[in-house]
Amino acid sequence: MRSGSRPVPDRCPTLRVDTGAEDGAVAAGAPVTGAAEEDDKHRKDRALIRARRWERLAQWMFIVPAAAYLLLFFGYPIAKNLVMSFQQYTTTTFYTGSAPFAGLQNYSKVLSSDLFPKALLTTVLFTAGSVFGQFVLGLAFALFFQRRFPLGRVLRGLLLLPWLLPLVVSGTTWKWMLDPDTGVVNNALRGLHLSSSGIPWLTGTSQALASVILVNIWVGIPFNATILYGGLQDIPAHLHEAAKLDGAGPVASFRHVTWPLLRPVVGVVLVLGVVYTVKVLDVILVVTGGGPANATETIATQSYELSFQQFEFGRGAAMSNVLVVISLAFALVYLRANRRARNVWEAVA
Amino acid sequence: MKRAPDRGWPSTIIGIGLVAVMMFPVYWMVNASLQPAGNTLQGGWFPLHPDFSGYATALRDQGRNIVTSLVVALGSVALSLGLAAPAAYALAHSPVRGTNLVLFGVLITQMVPGIVVANALYSAYNDLGLLNSYLGLILADSTAAVPFAIIIMRAFMQSIPREIIEAARVDGAGRLRVFRSVVLPVSRNALVTAAVFTFLFTWSDFLFALTLTTTNTVRPITLGIYEYMGAHTNQWNAVMATAVLASIPAAVLLAVAQRYFAFGATSGAVK
Repeated sequence: MRSGSRPVPDRCPTLRVDTGAEDGAVAAGAPVTGAAEEDDKHRKDRALIRARRWERLAQWMFIVPAAAYLLLFFGYPIAKNLVMSFQQYTTTTFYTGSAPFAGLQNYSKVLSSDLFPKALLTTVLFTAGSVFGQFVLGLAFALFFQRRFPLGRVLRGLLLLPWLLPLVVSGTTWKWMLDPDTGVVNNALRGLHLSSSGIPWLTGTSQALASVILVNIWVGIPFNATILYGGLQDIPAHLHEAAKLDGAGPVASFRHVTWPLLRPVVGVVLVLGVVYTVKVLDVILVVTGGGPANATETIATQSYELSFQQFEFGRGAAMSNVLVVISLAFALVYLRANRRARNVWEAVA
Repeated sequence: MKRAPDRGWPSTIIGIGLVAVMMFPVYWMVNASLQPAGNTLQGGWFPLHPDFSGYATALRDQGRNIVTSLVVALGSVALSLGLAAPAAYALAHSPVRGTNLVLFGVLITQMVPGIVVANALYSAYNDLGLLNSYLGLILADSTAAVPFAIIIMRAFMQSIPREIIEAARVDGAGRLRVFRSVVLPVSRNALVTAAVFTFLFTWSDFLFALTLTTTNTVRPITLGIYEYMGAHTNQWNAVMATAVLASIPAAVLLAVAQRYFAFGATSGAVK
């Protein structure tokens, strides 16, 4: 299975590439012999230099389109967003084209609004709850599927589905399952006499946050399980065998062998989890729409609402920059604390 | 091989139980889509009398949006691979100055919230007339895919033995030709993986559909479901049938291309 990501040597074509007048073909001339041909040598050197320069240019030609795209679709938005956050950028801007400089007004309005502390807290709770739940359950799944048993591979494959489904689909399904009156979850609870009136999953202010966290955990388990499973596979089995010979039970073996060796991967999964979860928007918009009574408003949903429902683009930009700062700060703190993870992160991200 | 010892069927039973719990929402969605129209309180646990009227309604109302999503997703796959494959090759095999800068840029993109991009693109698109256009959505949706595709393909292309590339070069092949005739064929698995994920990312996109379209001329299926849900809460079977239709690509790709992204397929990268 993992060999799927490795090149199979004998499949590498033994190429018969005809000599083409292609871009930057190597000037692979034989070394010049004979001092009499000084002049010729100079000409060849110059040709070689030109070829090298051409070569470097050709290398860049491979990167330039992607780099230009990334600059246009990440660099420009980041810069533009920063500029907008200092402007009074509203619907009128689209008609008049004027966006007067507003200084720090957007930031002060956004940060001093009654909603901000609440949205910040909700963001923290949502992120912490989701990442923790995803990680613990993902690790449990990864450990379980380490075993080899009939149908193991098929079941493991099926488990990926929640991750691959569009979030709107999962969100819609969950919203309907959690519907307080007609949802299957409350129906089951009533049927089992666990709750006579049912739980107001989406309509209670504290339950709604728990519900979106639950949905987001469900969405995130496969990703966590996949990466952690990969990490587990890389732990040499003989270490477990040695631990077993030393009389270590499964718990001791996990604590002293598995966990320490899995640490770098754990770090990666958690950082990615936080960075991705902080900006989650779809799940919340679909399942609760930020309600009830703003109970599930996060900084991301606030930013969306400011820009695209109230058309206060300047303030929406300020709010989303707060999100960027949180995300960056977290990643930087982490990278400083654990430089080792950087390489791993580079590979997975 | 470093594997735990074989366990038998008891593990299979536990595994089926775990997967059943995880899959319940998916089952419930399919079940709901097969119920007759109306408030689905009377719907049973099993679709004993499957009723396809939900699908008829869904196809009538949302068929066009499915086609839109398909066009956007395929366009995005073409654009993303076209941009990412050459870049991944150059970053993997010719350490030019600035490689680290490009890689750092790619990493930064993972931290940029989609709402930041949407916020800025909305005004730019408004000026350029790209709101409510296929091209606009394709370009925006590829933001999720291009960095990811570069990372996946670069990791793979680094493992291509240098000798093959040098052999072709000595034979006189140009850089472009080496890329086309050696690197791309050898990297087929990585290309497929990147294409599959790009398709799924784009097909699933909700944020850009929500913010960069204002009319229903170009409306992806995700937005279709979202608005459907708001308008038809008494027709859950049609909403759920649309959700099932929107899940088909994920299910098909999972079945067909599983070996490309099986659980742990990314493990090669996590080292």
